[in-house]
Amino acid sequence: MAIFCAIIANDLRLAWRRGADTLTAVGFFVLAALLFGFGLGGDPSLLARAAAGLIWVTALLASMLALERMFAADFEDGSLDGLMMTDAPLELAVLAKATAHWIATGLPLIVAAPGIGLMLNLPASAFTALTLALLLGTPTLTLIGAIGAALTLGARRGGVLISLLVLPLYIPVLIFGVAATEASLSGAAMDARLMALGGFFLAALALAPFAAAAALRQAVR
Amino acid sequence: MFNFLANPARFMRIFGPLLPWCWAVAILAGGIGLVLALFVSPADYQQGDSVRIMYIHVPSAWMALGAYTVIAVFSAIALVWKHPLAHVVAEAAAPLGAGFTAICLVTGMLWGKTSWGTWWVWDARLTSVLVLLFLYLGLIALRGAFDDESRGQRAAALLALVGFVNIPIIKFSVEWWATLHQPASVLRAGGPAIHPSMLWPLLLMAVAFMAYFAALLILSVRAEIARRKADALLVAGRRQS
Repeated sequence: MAIFCAIIANDLRLAWRRGADTLTAVGFFVLAALLFGFGLGGDPSLLARAAAGLIWVTALLASMLALERMFAADFEDGSLDGLMMTDAPLELAVLAKATAHWIATGLPLIVAAPGIGLMLNLPASAFTALTLALLLGTPTLTLIGAIGAALTLGARRGGVLISLLVLPLYIPVLIFGVAATEASLSGAAMDARLMALGGFFLAALALAPFAAAAALRQAVR
Repeated sequence: MFNFLANPARFMRIFGPLLPWCWAVAILAGGIGLVLALFVSPADYQQGDSVRIMYIHVPSAWMALGAYTVIAVFSAIALVWKHPLAHVVAEAAAPLGAGFTAICLVTGMLWGKTSWGTWWVWDARLTSVLVLLFLYLGLIALRGAFDDESRGQRAAALLALVGFVNIPIIKFSVEWWATLHQPASVLRAGGPAIHPSMLWPLLLMAVAFMAYFAALLILSVRAEIARRKADALLVAGRRQS
């Protein structure tokens, strides 16, 4: 547990000092939403209808940007070997790194999302659902992304490759995330959608650390 | 049992003789199946002759899923027993599966154009097959992305297992999503009972596709073994000189 907290604290300190990962994620998120505003012509009613989907897709792409960096620095400077030699299970270390990664890049997206919702004319009634759905959905994205990041360690063109591997696996989260956000607009019950998102999160929480740790082991070996 | 097959020469002694039989079954079943499908089986009362696309489309869809299962099973064997040839089989099956998936998509689009009047609908099955194609492409790309060959193999084997767990989840989410967007009237729910005059050519074609897949699989495994042997000989030759 001490290692778990130490990894999170260390990674967050690094992310805070560098700031680049958080900035690129949020910057990309806002810029992409801005481009959609231009691309769709700024018609308020059209934007309002598309807003939930647009926010989810851009958030999903933005959360993917920094994935490549999740293990790369530790892999290059050898601290990953150090992590593997400790008594703590590697799965726990993966979970800690994913948690830190989510706090550094996922949480800022959730904070920025309502602002983008305003830009895209998302009705105010959907903001609660959007935030809840993102809170449940983005950790799943990070956990799945951890598998992709571990698999592509040391690969050529790792950044492009990671998107090819991870995006198909993101589809369920996208479907239910948008459904939860849109359900709150039409007045339909959003509980079931949110529960499905929660279910994906729990499943990813249980399985993804093992898959990512296995991937790390075969990368370092 | 698996270790017994880890010797490439022994592996090919057992599976090599199967190759001509696979070709024979593929050609025979495919030939008879095609004749039955194109000339003997009746045209659909609604779709006319375009229903004959089914005899290519449905078997390739089965093979698209079957090939992924083959990849997942052999990846598991390769990871658990560190079986070198299982990696080779999984690697050889990936492009074949991608090919079947592409055939399934293309014939599906042609069929869709004639029977639904559109090339593409955001239907659950179409979309999930497209996702499957991307899973295949991811496997192939990941395998080729490393300078160290065995590293790529191990990474792709892991990805195959992750994808295998995810395929049902993706499939059900996409189905749930498609029923939200449009009524499920496009594809006949439950499926009508199929008449024997159409069922027989379909099954024959499925057998032909399976035999064809097996033949290509054995062929590419043999090619890979030969390539490794050539590499080893080359290295050994350099060492001697």
